[in-house]
Amino acid sequence: MEKLLGEFSIGLFFWQTVLFLALLLLLRKFAWKPILNAVNDREEGIKNALDSAEQAKREMENLQADNQKLLKEARAEREEMLKEAREIKNKMIDDAKNEAREEAGKLIVQAQASIQTEKKAAIAELKSQVANLSIEIAEKVVREELSNKDKQVKLVESMLGEATLN
Amino acid sequence: MQRKITIKALTLVFLLISFVSYASEDTQKGDLKTEIKAYIQHHLEDSYDFSLTSYTNDQGEKVYWGFPLPVILWDNGLKVFSSSKFHHGKTVAEVDGNFYKVYHTKIYKTDAEGTINYDAEKHPTNAKPLDFSITKNVVVIFLVGLLMFLLFRGLASSYSKNNGIAKGAGRIFEPIILYIRDDIAIPNIGEKKYRKYMPYLLTVFFFVWFINMLGLTPLGVNVTNSISVTVALALITFLITNFTGTKDYWKHIFDPLGDTMPWYAKIPLYIILIPIEVLGIFIKPFSLLIRLYANIKAGHIVMMSLIGLMFIFKSWLGSPLSFGLAFAISLIELLVALLQAYIFTMLSALYFGFAAEEHDHHEEAHAH
Repeated sequence: MEKLLGEFSIGLFFWQTVLFLALLLLLRKFAWKPILNAVNDREEGIKNALDSAEQAKREMENLQADNQKLLKEARAEREEMLKEAREIKNKMIDDAKNEAREEAGKLIVQAQASIQTEKKAAIAELKSQVANLSIEIAEKVVREELSNKDKQVKLVESMLGEATLN
Repeated sequence: MQRKITIKALTLVFLLISFVSYASEDTQKGDLKTEIKAYIQHHLEDSYDFSLTSYTNDQGEKVYWGFPLPVILWDNGLKVFSSSKFHHGKTVAEVDGNFYKVYHTKIYKTDAEGTINYDAEKHPTNAKPLDFSITKNVVVIFLVGLLMFLLFRGLASSYSKNNGIAKGAGRIFEPIILYIRDDIAIPNIGEKKYRKYMPYLLTVFFFVWFINMLGLTPLGVNVTNSISVTVALALITFLITNFTGTKDYWKHIFDPLGDTMPWYAKIPLYIILIPIEVLGIFIKPFSLLIRLYANIKAGHIVMMSLIGLMFIFKSWLGSPLSFGLAFAISLIELLVALLQAYIFTMLSALYFGFAAEEHDHHEEAHAH
């Protein structure tokens, strides 16, 4: 202990204290503060960057999920629309068919009716023409027959003869 | 085969020669031993001039390679003169009619002849003027301070120049700074308060480390084995600890048991406890200063003794052996230089942590 005290030098102690405190103050102002601040800033920056990257990733995922949903919805809508269109088409075709059938039925009925009337008219015409023809024929035959007196007499006689028979 | 025989023969010759030389040196060995002892003693002491090395020239005079430093004394007025006046302690320096002489690295006031009077225990009884000389250690402290300032100032400015990324020589120390922050300051002091202690912890760590490392160079520098330096460092730790002490810190010292028992039961305990706690305030920094001083001093003594052994042995077996030992020890000393800086910083941080703690320690009180 005594040796230790003997070794102790007040001058060295004084200079060490003064120089060390000066060094401490200078370094604190010009070195440690800027260094620690820079390191802190950098660490904060890294942390923020990581956080924002994480957030961006999450947003990206959300966006993707949204897209997926939209796509699904769009697909469903398209399906729906196609289905509807098919139904409309089928209905239209059915409707058209029915209408056509009805129309055709009507037309057939009309045609039959007109055929009937035409037929009746034709038959009536045919009848009148046949009557006319037969009358003309009869006229011609009668005229031919009656141009000859003998024959007329004969005919009258035959007729008379028949009449008598009756 | 031929070669092996040659080697064997040579070994034998060397062995003989070394024995012969060992025998012939025997007469001088006593001198050499005392010379080495004196040299080691001298190396461990501070000096008034900056001499890196000395040798004895052909005329038998000691030649010093270095330069003198200013001596500053307070002896009824400021006296400043160059240490070259002492001629490395051999002559008496006369300043303004006063005579001074260096004896065992201390300046004493003497008469014109430089007589030093001793008491019964062989201690000089001459008057000692107040000595504020710029000694070799002071120069080294200043140079290390300058080096640290330039280094870390450079590191600090490289951050702003390079967008927060360190560049240059200082960047080697960035991981160490971060280590001190993350593994010494924060765990011991706590996330909330560590900031205000950081400048001291960083400064003391790098200061002690750099000075210890300089001590391992062959420049003959040895600062941290001066008790004055370690006292100064420990004193600053002591002052910071006690001036930043919170209410809890002082309560822990003067009322360690808290409300765990009634006051009348505490009195007999406190008669013992409080002196121990108060003593603890002083023992903590004292252990710091002794540990650093003793470790570095012991390291220097061991190193130099082993180096000295090489010259004493002067044999083919002994010298390489002591060289190997000296080499191994110097490697260990490299580690010790860092370790002592780390321990000093670590323990300072621990003490600051005690001073800064601010939580309810009822649980701890139970543990006492």
